[in-house]
Amino acid sequence: MLTRRPLDVVIVGAGMVGAACAYYTSRSGLSVAVVDRGPVAGGTTGTGEGNLLVSDKVPGPELELALLSASLWRQLSEELPKGIEYELKGGVVVAASENSLAALTATADAQRAAGVEAYHVTSDRLRDIEPHLAPDLSGGCHYPQDAQVQPALAAAELLSAATRAGALVRPGEEVAGILRDGKGAVRGVRTARGELHAPVVVNAAGTWGGDLAALAGVNLPVLPRRGFVLVTEPLPRLIRHKVYAAEYVADVSSGSAALQTSPVVEGTPAGPVLIGASRERVGFDRTLSVAVISRLAAGAAALFPALADVRVMRAYHGFRPYLPDHLPAIGPDPRVPGLFHACGHEGAGIGLAPATGLLIADAIRGERPALDLGPFAPDRFDATCHVT
Amino acid sequence: MPNSNDEPGTRETGRVELAVVGAGPAGLAAAVTAADHGLDVVLLDAAAAPGGQYYRSPAEGLGATRPGALHHDWPTFTELSARLAAHRDTGTIRHLTGHQVWTVERTGDGDWILHAVTGADEEVRTAVRARRMLLATGAHERQLPFPGWTLPGVVGAAGAQAMLKSGLVLLGSRIVVAGSGPLLQAVALSLTRAGARVPALVEAAGYGAYARAPRVLAANPGKAAEGARFAAELAGARVRVLSHRAVTEVHGDERVEAVTVSRVDRRWRPVPGTGRRIACDALAVGHGLMPQLDLAVAAGCGTRPGPDGTHAVTLDEQLRTTVPGVWAAGESGGIGGVELALCEGELAALSVVREIRGGVRGREARRAVALRRSRRRLRAFADLMGAVHRPGPGWREWLTDGTEVCRCEEVGAGRIRTACEELGAGDTRTVKLLTRAGMGWCQGRTCGFAVRELAAAHGGGQEPGGPDRRPLACPVKLSTLADLSGPG
Repeated sequence: MLTRRPLDVVIVGAGMVGAACAYYTSRSGLSVAVVDRGPVAGGTTGTGEGNLLVSDKVPGPELELALLSASLWRQLSEELPKGIEYELKGGVVVAASENSLAALTATADAQRAAGVEAYHVTSDRLRDIEPHLAPDLSGGCHYPQDAQVQPALAAAELLSAATRAGALVRPGEEVAGILRDGKGAVRGVRTARGELHAPVVVNAAGTWGGDLAALAGVNLPVLPRRGFVLVTEPLPRLIRHKVYAAEYVADVSSGSAALQTSPVVEGTPAGPVLIGASRERVGFDRTLSVAVISRLAAGAAALFPALADVRVMRAYHGFRPYLPDHLPAIGPDPRVPGLFHACGHEGAGIGLAPATGLLIADAIRGERPALDLGPFAPDRFDATCHVT
Repeated sequence: MPNSNDEPGTRETGRVELAVVGAGPAGLAAAVTAADHGLDVVLLDAAAAPGGQYYRSPAEGLGATRPGALHHDWPTFTELSARLAAHRDTGTIRHLTGHQVWTVERTGDGDWILHAVTGADEEVRTAVRARRMLLATGAHERQLPFPGWTLPGVVGAAGAQAMLKSGLVLLGSRIVVAGSGPLLQAVALSLTRAGARVPALVEAAGYGAYARAPRVLAANPGKAAEGARFAAELAGARVRVLSHRAVTEVHGDERVEAVTVSRVDRRWRPVPGTGRRIACDALAVGHGLMPQLDLAVAAGCGTRPGPDGTHAVTLDEQLRTTVPGVWAAGESGGIGGVELALCEGELAALSVVREIRGGVRGREARRAVALRRSRRRLRAFADLMGAVHRPGPGWREWLTDGTEVCRCEEVGAGRIRTACEELGAGDTRTVKLLTRAGMGWCQGRTCGFAVRELAAAHGGGQEPGGPDRRPLACPVKLSTLADLSGPG
C-alpha cells in the first residue's frame, strides 16, 4: 500500500456489478480499490444463472441499458478467457394460451421498435428450434440477442483483469463507515483493516446497497427478493436456448411481495439444466421452501416433459436487490458529493453490469455518459417512495 | 397410517410425537428408548434393515451364519433389534425402511415435515409430519486426495469394511490399509480374518500422541485396552503397523499394483527420500469420518468446528440443537464411535420425553445423570482421538497440480490453487463456483474437506466457511418435486 499512488475510487462490492465498475474505471486510468466483506462473487452474483437478457424487458431505460450491455458483453467475451462460458444462445419465450400469445406478440412488436431482434415462432415451428418442448404450446418468440455467462467466473475474471490494470482487490474486508470531509463530501471508507482514502466511493453492494447508503446517511430502499434455482444432474445438450414462459415478463415487473413462479429453463456448458424462477419478498430467509421448489419443478416439467425423470442434484437461493420501481440506481448521489451508486439491478445485474460499469466510469471522469442517467437517479425515492 | 394407495403422489402420515432419522446405533437407541416411554415414534432409514453403517447386516440370501463375527458388541445390537421388533408389533414405532429423507421443512405451527423417497425409481413418496425430530444421520468417510487415488482398486477404508459386512466379498488378496484413525485397525483385522493378506497398516499420525492426555486415557480404560488388543491381534495377523507414514502415490495402469509409502513429519509433510514401494492389489484408505449434516443444516441447526477439523451439530447437555424441537445424537454431534452413539441416542430420547412430560421420574432422572457422565467421558476421548488423527497441513505437499481433488468434476489441485491465488477465492463456496469442485454427483461430500483445506491454505487468510448447505440431502426426481405442489 505504501508505494501505491493515491486511490481515485473505492468500490464497495466484489460481485458482478462491482467487478464491472472496477474493470471500466481501472482501464480508464483511474486508481481503484475494491473491498467486499465476503469473497469474490459471494452475494447474489454467486447465486445467479448468468442471464444476459433483452427479451424480458419492455421498452424503456432498462431495455436501453440491456442493449448497451449486450454489445459490451460481446466485446468482453473476446477480451476475457473462454472460461467465463459466454454463450450467445438466444432466448425462446413460449405462450401456453392464445391470450398470453397475444400479449407476448404485442410486447415483441414494441421491443422490435426499440431495437430488439425478436421473431415470432408459430406453434408448429417451436419444436424445430427447441425439440423437447411440450407439444401443446400456442406459440412463442425467439430472441437471438439473449445470452448467458457463468457469473462467478465472469466477475472473478473481470476483477482479475482490473487487477492487471492496477486495481487492488480486497475480499473479506467489511466497510464499517464512509469517511466524509468538513463539507460532507466523501473522502474514503473505514474498514476493519484501516482506512482507504479516495474522493469517490461506489456503492456496488447489491442487495446490501441500502445498508451502505445508510452508512453515508442517505436513503436507498434496496430490498431482497428471494429466488430459488434447481440444478439437475448433467445431461447431454437437451435444451438449446434459454426458455421461459411468457408470464415471466409480468412476474419480473410485478411489485407484489407475494410468491410468483414462472418456469425458466436452460442448459449449461457443464451439462446440468438450471430451473428458475421464483420471486418472493421474505427478507433474508435462508430456509428451503418446498412449496416454491415444487412449483418450479412442476413448471419446468410442463414446459419440457422429458425433464420429469431427471434428478435434481441441488437447490439454492439468492436475494435479488430490488428497488420499488424495478430500475437500478446508477450514478452520482447529489446528496453526498463523491458517492456513486451502482446497485439495485434486481434479477438483471449480471446482464446489466457492463453498461453500469461503463456509465459509472464515465460519470466519475466527468464525461458525458452513453445513456441518460436520469431514470436511475439514486435520490429518486426521497420524495415519492414509501418503503413497504 | 400411510395409505396403501399406489397412485403417484405423496403419502402422508398422521402427526407423530417424534420422528427419528437414521436407524444406526444412535437412532435405534433413541427410537426404542422413546417408545419405551410411550412416545409415538416414526423411525426413518434408508437401509432395508436396522443397524446403520456400524451394525450392517449381510444381505439375505448370502448364507452368512455368523454376521456378528465381524462386529464388536453384537449382543447390544441384537437386544436393541428385539426391542425395536416388539415396538413395531405394538405399533409404538413405525419403522420406515428404505426411506431416504431428502429434505425437512417446518410448518407454520412448528411441526416438521420429513420428505422421503423409497426405491430406485422413487416409486413411493412419503411425508412424515412430526411434532419433534431427532437426527441420527451418522457419518461418511473423510478422504484426502493423493496421486493415483482414482485408480480402480483404491477404496475407502469404511467402504471396504461395509463391503465385508454386507456382501462378505474381498476387494483384493493383498491389501494395504492406509490413512489415519482407529477405524484402520478394525478394517485391517476384518480383512485378514476374511482371508486377505494385509502387508501394511499405514497410519499418518502416531499412536504415542494419545499419551499426551493421560487423564482422558485413565478415564477410558476400555479404550486403552482396546488399543492394546488391536495391536496384539494385528501382530498376530502379521500386519506391519507403520505409523508416521502415508501412502503418497498409487501405481498401476489398469488398477492398483503398488503404493509408495513415505515417512511424514508431525505436520504430515512427506520426508523426501523416504518413499518405499509396497506391492499390493488393493488399497483401503480413509482419514476418519465426517458427520452427515445435510438435514441438520437444512433445518437451521447451528454447527461448530471440532478438534478433528470437521463440523458437527452444536448440542447442549440435553442433546438439543440450536433449533427448538430438534435433537441430534451420535456422529452428527461429532465423531465419537458406537459406544458414544448408543449413549447419546438414549440420552436424547430421555431429553425428548422430559420435554414432553415436563420432567421424568426418579429412575429415568438417575439414568440420565449416568448417561451424561458417560457422554462427557466418551466425548473427551473422542476429542482426543479427533485431535490426534486430524490431518496435518503437510498432506497438501503430496499433491501434484494434476492430482484430482474433485473426482466427480475432474478438478485438479492446480486449478483450485489458481482459483485462490489468481481469481481471489478463499472459501469452499467460491472455489466451487470458480472451478466446479464439489458440484458433481457427490455434491462435495468426498472432496469437501480437502477443498476447504486448500482454500484455507491458498486463500490469503479468508474464512474458509462452515459446512456446505445441501438443502436436498440426496438427488431427487423433478417429478417427485413437482408432485408435491398438487393440482392447481
